[in-house]
Amino acid sequence: MSFDEYHRREFRQVGRRVPRPDGVDKVTGRALYGADMTAPGMLWGAILRSPHAHARIRSIDVSEALKLDGVKAIVTGADFGEVEDESIRDIRDNCMARDKVLYDGHAVAALAASDPRVARKALKLIRVEYEVLPHVTELEDAMKPDAPVVQEGRVQETVPPGMSANVTSYCEFGHGDLEAGFAAADHIVEREFRTAATHQGYIEPHACLAAVTADGKADLWCCTQGQYMVRSVCAAIMGMEASQLRVTASEIGGGFGGKTTVFIEPVALMLSKKAGRPVKIVMSREEVFRATGPTVHSRSRIRIGMTRDGRITAAEARLYYSGGAFPCGTVEMGAQAAFACYDLQAVRSQGWNVLTNRPKEAAYRAPGAPVAIYAVESVVDELCQHFGLDPLEVRLKNAARKGTKSSYGPTFPDIGLVATLEAAKAHPHYAAPLGPNQGRGISCGFWFNFGGNTCVTLNINPDGTVSVTEGNPDIGGSRASISLMAAEELGIPYDRVRTIVADTASLGYNDVTDGSRVTFAVGLATIKAARAAIRVMCERAARIWGIDPEAVEWKDGAAVPAGPNAGKFPPMTLAEIAANSFRTGGPIAGHHEVNADGAGVSFGVHICDVEVDPETGATRVLRYTVFQDAGKAVHPDYVEGQMQGGAAQGIGWALNEEYIYGADGRLQNPGFLDYRVPVASDLPPIEPVILEIPNPGHPYGVRGVGETGIVPPLAAVSNAVSRATGVRMTELPLSPPRVLAAIRRSRATDGA
Amino acid sequence: MSRIHVATRINGDATEFLCAPEETLLDALRNRLGLTGSKEGCGTGDCGACSVVLNGRLVCSCLVLAAEAEGAEIETIEGMAEGESLHPLQRAFIDHAALQCGICTPGILIAARELLKRNPAPSDEEVRYWLAGNLCRCTGYDKIVRAVQAAAAEMREG
Amino acid sequence: MVKVLLWGSLRQATGGRTEIELDARTFKELLDRAVEAYPGLEPQIRRGVSVAINGVIYREAWFQPIPPDAEVVLMPYMTGG
Repeated sequence: MSFDEYHRREFRQVGRRVPRPDGVDKVTGRALYGADMTAPGMLWGAILRSPHAHARIRSIDVSEALKLDGVKAIVTGADFGEVEDESIRDIRDNCMARDKVLYDGHAVAALAASDPRVARKALKLIRVEYEVLPHVTELEDAMKPDAPVVQEGRVQETVPPGMSANVTSYCEFGHGDLEAGFAAADHIVEREFRTAATHQGYIEPHACLAAVTADGKADLWCCTQGQYMVRSVCAAIMGMEASQLRVTASEIGGGFGGKTTVFIEPVALMLSKKAGRPVKIVMSREEVFRATGPTVHSRSRIRIGMTRDGRITAAEARLYYSGGAFPCGTVEMGAQAAFACYDLQAVRSQGWNVLTNRPKEAAYRAPGAPVAIYAVESVVDELCQHFGLDPLEVRLKNAARKGTKSSYGPTFPDIGLVATLEAAKAHPHYAAPLGPNQGRGISCGFWFNFGGNTCVTLNINPDGTVSVTEGNPDIGGSRASISLMAAEELGIPYDRVRTIVADTASLGYNDVTDGSRVTFAVGLATIKAARAAIRVMCERAARIWGIDPEAVEWKDGAAVPAGPNAGKFPPMTLAEIAANSFRTGGPIAGHHEVNADGAGVSFGVHICDVEVDPETGATRVLRYTVFQDAGKAVHPDYVEGQMQGGAAQGIGWALNEEYIYGADGRLQNPGFLDYRVPVASDLPPIEPVILEIPNPGHPYGVRGVGETGIVPPLAAVSNAVSRATGVRMTELPLSPPRVLAAIRRSRATDGA
Repeated sequence: MSRIHVATRINGDATEFLCAPEETLLDALRNRLGLTGSKEGCGTGDCGACSVVLNGRLVCSCLVLAAEAEGAEIETIEGMAEGESLHPLQRAFIDHAALQCGICTPGILIAARELLKRNPAPSDEEVRYWLAGNLCRCTGYDKIVRAVQAAAAEMREG
Repeated sequence: MVKVLLWGSLRQATGGRTEIELDARTFKELLDRAVEAYPGLEPQIRRGVSVAINGVIYREAWFQPIPPDAEVVLMPYMTGG
């Protein structure tokens, strides 16, 4: 077993709302993010991007650009060597096109110059000859048999014959007899849904600083969710040994999954290698939108049958996702998550991934789940309306619980959905009155949560303080949570512990900060590293006392004799043991390395009130409450922050955000003016309600909390708008023109 | 390429630099003066991460030419704390967990300080509308509004 | 022998079955025996799979023991954001 099981305990440190260790740096402007680093002799990189959605690159002429004073190096796809691994090859080809450009904004060449203005000027001197090819940016078009094929030869063996070569994978999950289930229903609703691609929208554009030296060593500074992932991918693309590439993660200005891959880092390394000088690349916002990962756009067909007393008898989902120009597995996660909230006798979900001429999808918070659960929760809501049933009661009646065979296969252990639904039902929000043109929507949400590869080293310093070294960029307060867990286990005050995020040379491999894994997995490794240090400290105390190490135990931050027979000694504190450590055997540390499993699934329920202006179709969110199971909230402020932030992103997804492509295949809104993320005045206070149903797979009961919060808002908002307008909404985002058109269509139908 | 000589005052210190005619104030602050506390999130005045105060006016420094700083008084995040003593807003942001990734924080703090100078007792709605030009993607704004209100209350008691 | 539940789209590699029986005591043995018995599963196993044992999802744990009566479910290898 790679984890210690949960044991009930009284916490002294965990659960406190302590100040974060990086707080002062971040409120004073001292914290260094991706774009904030410089190096002596540094050059500025810039990237030339395709104006075409799909084209063959006939030739690239860089001669004029190279002549410009200050230009030191130019790279194209031809500079990058062969890569064996298919997924890394895709990343390489996404960072720099080879024979074809696959989407508007795809990189075709890059250069490094002494000054950013010289670099921009030189880009205009690169001559690229394109053979423009027919393109396809919408997944429905891409699935047609005669559609332009984005990439040949990418179809998995899972895809049934006879489909477009853009359909790269097929998956199916479920159990039970669907036909019998639907036959037992009193009513069946079948609907089709669409969602637009959205971007993670982190405020910090990708940025990096690469320095390759003549002996083949390299240092890379970048904003990323995982410096070890950057090292692995870049080393493979550059044909380097991982040990020769040291990657340091800067402070990170948001990621949400979008910084779990690389876009500019291999380009900067290659430019630096060619120029023999450090090269910095900072993306513009337009580049971020055009060339980094949005999430999938989707179409889905959902069919659910229900008895008149609200029991779901059968449920079926057909999901079509497009993750842009490269194959992606997001639909597999969507298909598994679609019905995870329900205890179903007959369920089937099917998924297809479709290539389109759009940027390569990158993970976005609970990837795949929000759009699938949006469609399912919309149909459940419509069934509740049909039968005049309370939507929370219906969900309680059908909720997955301990012992439920999940729609994706395994039987659930202890899970928190019923408790979460009960909390929502008991909350005053659910009973509050609504006015005219107002509606209330609810939705459940689910995410798997992951653990993964993790290393932690915990050093007991001679002065009795503790340094924790971990390898996951702190994206939302995790250093505070890790310090709290170390302090808890060691029995010392929080402010005696400082947690730092190491570079790739200082610690073993750590998976990226994703999958809601950090507080769970790094926390688990920290606790075990602390226990290892405690064992050493107990041994030292035993030797000082001249008793058997087995006769010493750790209590409240000190070694104590384990019982009356062990001898009578006063407690020896961590600080006392540390102060003598040089004389008792040397410095004291604990470390732990693990590929953690047992993360524990997480559920949430959201309640959303909206008011829709029937004249304009504009929606205003009036009240919003989030209920989520955190297992154990290590730092409640930052758990709440995850819940609130996830809700806000989901509200943006539901109401405003969308990638809009023109007939020319070009992205029409690559900026924050036209791609509108929620601003402070768009949102009401978002009330977080934390539930704590301990995760049996973590010593403190912790579950990941980062992702689940973005899952319910899509349906919660859409259900609220549907109820406010009396029209079932089936397409996101619910932008005012779309809502107005739906209202008018419904009126026209009613009048006929 | 020609350069323009600019003499200005930043956070109270007399400062001189050379810049290109089309260079933004944000680029000059970050790349010529090493004041990287102001962030570039968009370069088009939509996100507010580069907010600074120019002659008493809250501006997006990505929309101001560096040459316009000639003879001006500029206030950036680097001048908000007095030595080791944080501004009440800075303390409140830490105490109320009003930041997650922190990239928008400098701009929001500068904007919030300007709000409280003009309106020491804003309503929540006034805070939200004043900060509508500062994007935060992490927090959902709730804790930011609370932190601004907590600092405002402290400053009123002052 | 352990019963292993497969997801639906793998049945094309197992002659239409979504439950197979394998003589495996660990995650690694399960993968090896699965490919021996059903070579059509090899491309998917190479792409990556997770195994849920009694409700806990394991992603790469070769030596994770599988108790004889365990509920074992093969799942795609998954990642988060």
